[in-house]
Amino acid sequence: MIDREQVVHVAALARLALSEAEIDRMQADLQQILQAFEALNALDVSDVSPTAQVIPLATVERPDATEAPLSRDDVMRNAPRVERDQIRVPAVLPED
Amino acid sequence: MADDLFRLTVADAGDALTAGDISSVDLTRSVLDRIDAVDARTGAFLLVTADAALAQAEDADARRARGDAGPLLGIPLAIKDVLCTDGVATTCASRILEGFVPPYDATVVARLKDAGAVLVGKTNMDEFAMGSSNENSGYHPVRNPWDLSRVPGGSSGGSAAAVAADECLAALGSDTGGSVRQPAALCGCVGLKPTYGRVSRYGLVAFASSLDQVGPLTKSVHDAAVLLEATAGHDPRDATSLPEPVPDYAAELDGKVEGLRVGVAPEYFGEGIDAGVASAVEDAISILKANGAEIREITLPHTEYALPVYYVIAPSEASANLARYNGVKYGLSDPQADDVDEMMATVRAQGFGAEVKRRIMLGTFALSSGYYDAYYLRAQKVRTLIKQDFDTAFESVDVIAAPTSPTTAFDLGGRTADPLAMYRADVLTLPASLAGLPAISVPCGFVDGLPAGLQLIAPPLQEARLLRVADAYERLRPASPAPRQAVGA
Repeated sequence: MIDREQVVHVAALARLALSEAEIDRMQADLQQILQAFEALNALDVSDVSPTAQVIPLATVERPDATEAPLSRDDVMRNAPRVERDQIRVPAVLPED
Repeated sequence: MADDLFRLTVADAGDALTAGDISSVDLTRSVLDRIDAVDARTGAFLLVTADAALAQAEDADARRARGDAGPLLGIPLAIKDVLCTDGVATTCASRILEGFVPPYDATVVARLKDAGAVLVGKTNMDEFAMGSSNENSGYHPVRNPWDLSRVPGGSSGGSAAAVAADECLAALGSDTGGSVRQPAALCGCVGLKPTYGRVSRYGLVAFASSLDQVGPLTKSVHDAAVLLEATAGHDPRDATSLPEPVPDYAAELDGKVEGLRVGVAPEYFGEGIDAGVASAVEDAISILKANGAEIREITLPHTEYALPVYYVIAPSEASANLARYNGVKYGLSDPQADDVDEMMATVRAQGFGAEVKRRIMLGTFALSSGYYDAYYLRAQKVRTLIKQDFDTAFESVDVIAAPTSPTTAFDLGGRTADPLAMYRADVLTLPASLAGLPAISVPCGFVDGLPAGLQLIAPPLQEARLLRVADAYERLRPASPAPRQAVGA
């Protein structure tokens, strides 16, 4: 149902650097859990519409009014690397 | 009485404060002393904010001297560490948020502060609210005050243990698939999950956004009514919060169950339900019947599918919500890293615990190309069937009665090796969560010295009815001598 290669692929999608031992354990766990989910295939749901949320609200709008924002210092206080009032991160595009 | 103030309910402490018999500072000191005396054994708190609490207590006493009043003025409460607290560390019991100090209060926290409550600290939990035993805390496990070798339930295990061990008068938790009700049942306190949308989620760290709700854990149903009223209501900062007015829940507790139609579904008493727990719940239902309620057998035929539906939908939503923990804006990071993808993958691998990783993987897989229809979409469709079961049932009954948890508190370490065995701890609380319904757990006696919980489920926004029935049961419940808590006096 889920092989080792798929586990490695999903871990890359999820940005999780799993160790070799974690990959083995994860494959066994996911295999067992997905097997239990097979129960859902017993139901005919071809005529059933999906439920994404349960409340009777749609497209909630609010008045287009400004309010006092958090201060810059408050927002930046938790950032690991700050330079000139900006959050510094490694380059997101390759240099070449 | 002066030595034992920490044992008071919110209601009784409120009366004593109003009468001028005690001050909030007296009460808060008593609670802080209690935490000092027992928290090393329960592990219920991740952070105790003693100085801030005493300052808030002084403020509350000053407000009262000026003529201010209210059921929470000067009352010491604890807050699950999944709720943001301005200037007070909020970790979600995760190493990835170690050192994170929010610059704002969650709406529910702000409302409690406005009501004059004293916040004594942040309670332990399963990391990011993922778990049923509190063993997934990234810091330390919580122990059940009734038997320190057993779990308190989860994920609001710290809040439940703190209330049960009198380390606060009441607490807030969060419930995604049972995380308020199940630990309340295992620790012998009251736990309420409101209707999805009844209470603002602004400042509640997101786990599964279509399911998450904030709810109180308390020593009595009356106290749950007080906390719900203080926290419920529309919040312009949460687009899923409902605009309906908030009733005076406590005023509606009249102790009456005559003519009430109580639904009992065989699906909640089947395989895997401990015989002692089933019997305690059946006794509770008999008490309602003896006092004028009508018991009707109903059927909720898709109950067995709630577990796979939940464990597809909740991890899927979690995998998206937890993408924000990537070492960039806050939390654990790697300032030396020079490759952004590598930094994110490494930080997340270091910061997340095993269960959180498992759920992120499960959710990412269920949402990935080629599997979305087979898992996520199918689960959403079966969710519709589960909701329809309840819609049909509530055409003929007013509330549904069931056990909260299939068993009493299990041994620490007893289920950690088997994820599915742990997931089954939620099997009776998941259906109401998926349908967005309000549900409450009320203590209904002891089985082999451990608390059992009666779960009541009501139609959307019928919290007043739910609380009225739960309170009536609490008044009618036989006063069985409770076994002595392991943390004792």
